[in-house]
Amino acid sequence: MYELYIKIFEYLHIPTILAQISWPVFPFIGVAAVLVIVVIFLVLLERKLLALLTVRKGPNRVGPNGFFQTFADAIKLLFKEDIMATNTNKILFTIAPIIFFAPVMAVYGLIPFSESLIAINAAAGLFLILGISSISTIGIILSGWASNNKYSLLGGIRGTAQAISYEIPLVLSAIGICVLAGSMNLPTIVQGQSGGVVNNAFLNWNIFSWNMCPAAIGLVVFFICSLAEINRIPFDLPEAESELVSGYNTEYSGMKFALFFLAEYAALFIICVLISVLFFGGYLSPFNDYLSLLIFKNIINSQIVLNLFVNIEQIAWLMLKTYLLIFLIMWIRASLPRLRADQLMNFSWKFLLPLSLLNLFIVAIYRFLFPL
Amino acid sequence: MFYIQGYGILFAFILFSVAFAMAAITTSWVVHPKAPNKNKNSTYECGMKTFGDSRLQFDVKYYMYALMFIIFDIEAIFLFPWAVTYNKLGLFALIEAIVFILILVLGLVYVWKKDFLKWK
Repeated sequence: MYELYIKIFEYLHIPTILAQISWPVFPFIGVAAVLVIVVIFLVLLERKLLALLTVRKGPNRVGPNGFFQTFADAIKLLFKEDIMATNTNKILFTIAPIIFFAPVMAVYGLIPFSESLIAINAAAGLFLILGISSISTIGIILSGWASNNKYSLLGGIRGTAQAISYEIPLVLSAIGICVLAGSMNLPTIVQGQSGGVVNNAFLNWNIFSWNMCPAAIGLVVFFICSLAEINRIPFDLPEAESELVSGYNTEYSGMKFALFFLAEYAALFIICVLISVLFFGGYLSPFNDYLSLLIFKNIINSQIVLNLFVNIEQIAWLMLKTYLLIFLIMWIRASLPRLRADQLMNFSWKFLLPLSLLNLFIVAIYRFLFPL
Repeated sequence: MFYIQGYGILFAFILFSVAFAMAAITTSWVVHPKAPNKNKNSTYECGMKTFGDSRLQFDVKYYMYALMFIIFDIEAIFLFPWAVTYNKLGLFALIEAIVFILILVLGLVYVWKKDFLKWK
């Protein structure tokens, strides 16, 4: 794609340096579209699912079955008055939602949605995702402090303490994946999970060589920590509605609140994609070959069309895994109560951290016995 | 080229994301109604007038967690290159990493025994 774009510029006799500078705009537009669509759909899904789990109807007024409810909410938030209390720190108050939102959006470019659909194929992809997404923590504490509200300050401090405590087991279990794949590049990590371990038709399936088998402990630790990182129930202390009136974004309204909201759902999606990429084989199918290859191999001769089908199927597999995880997280929200602050901290430092070190040890031994 | 190009696009992505968020805020600033009044612009608390500044001192235990975080996060950063090259280094790397982690686990045990992890 990039070469084609450069060629167009050469053909039109425009300096290619302009092409090199303007190229990132196109992947970014794609990423922005994906983010907005995903968030709009996720909000509706969550409301409908929670309604289903608590035997209600959920949103059902706007459009068929309330399908356009989120669009209505988005337009409403855009035209809402943006109230800024008199004793807030005006500049930080405005910057905080930007700092909270921008890293989550930038991370979308690093995710491999299929074999050829990845905006930024960086060598240190996993490391960058973990690093960039943790910048959001600064947005949390900044918004809590700038609001000059007791609820917000408490929410901001709690949020930061929680985010940094759960960051460490999360990163340590991600290191386990690096050991298994021998790389931090996400497409390499995905390809490393394809099958072919033994010469047996059934055991050759991809599902048996996914990272979830050797790094089972890591999967559990990573999942729990990611719940805490995105402030989902049962780890939603920073924004506990019933005690802190939604914590660090109490004072926010209008579009600034919408940015917090957008970033939270975008982070929910990104963390589920990341779990499926790291532990469930990403875009690989669970069988030993892609279904579209099996079906169309003899019908379609063109390699390009076949490739296109395979790529579409890869996106479908990734989305299937991701949405199963999202369903699980929403189910947890409907079922579990909130933790206490001391339980929260102890759980991370005294339980998850030793467990993640144990996982790293097991994975290292595994890789030593079965080298790449 | 593969490396530089990738990180260049990433940098552009971060800039664009900031621009996206700023554009959203600016758009709403242009279109939203502006009718401030004294009560609307007061801090949201339980309906009464707020007293005092909210930027209170907060507990030192939060700083303890921050210190612990720095130690273990640096450990994690050191472990990343080890993890990537682990395959090529073999048994030597395994033993080295175990020693390295054990030293830090010793630190964790010390902090644990000193009751810094206790939430009072």
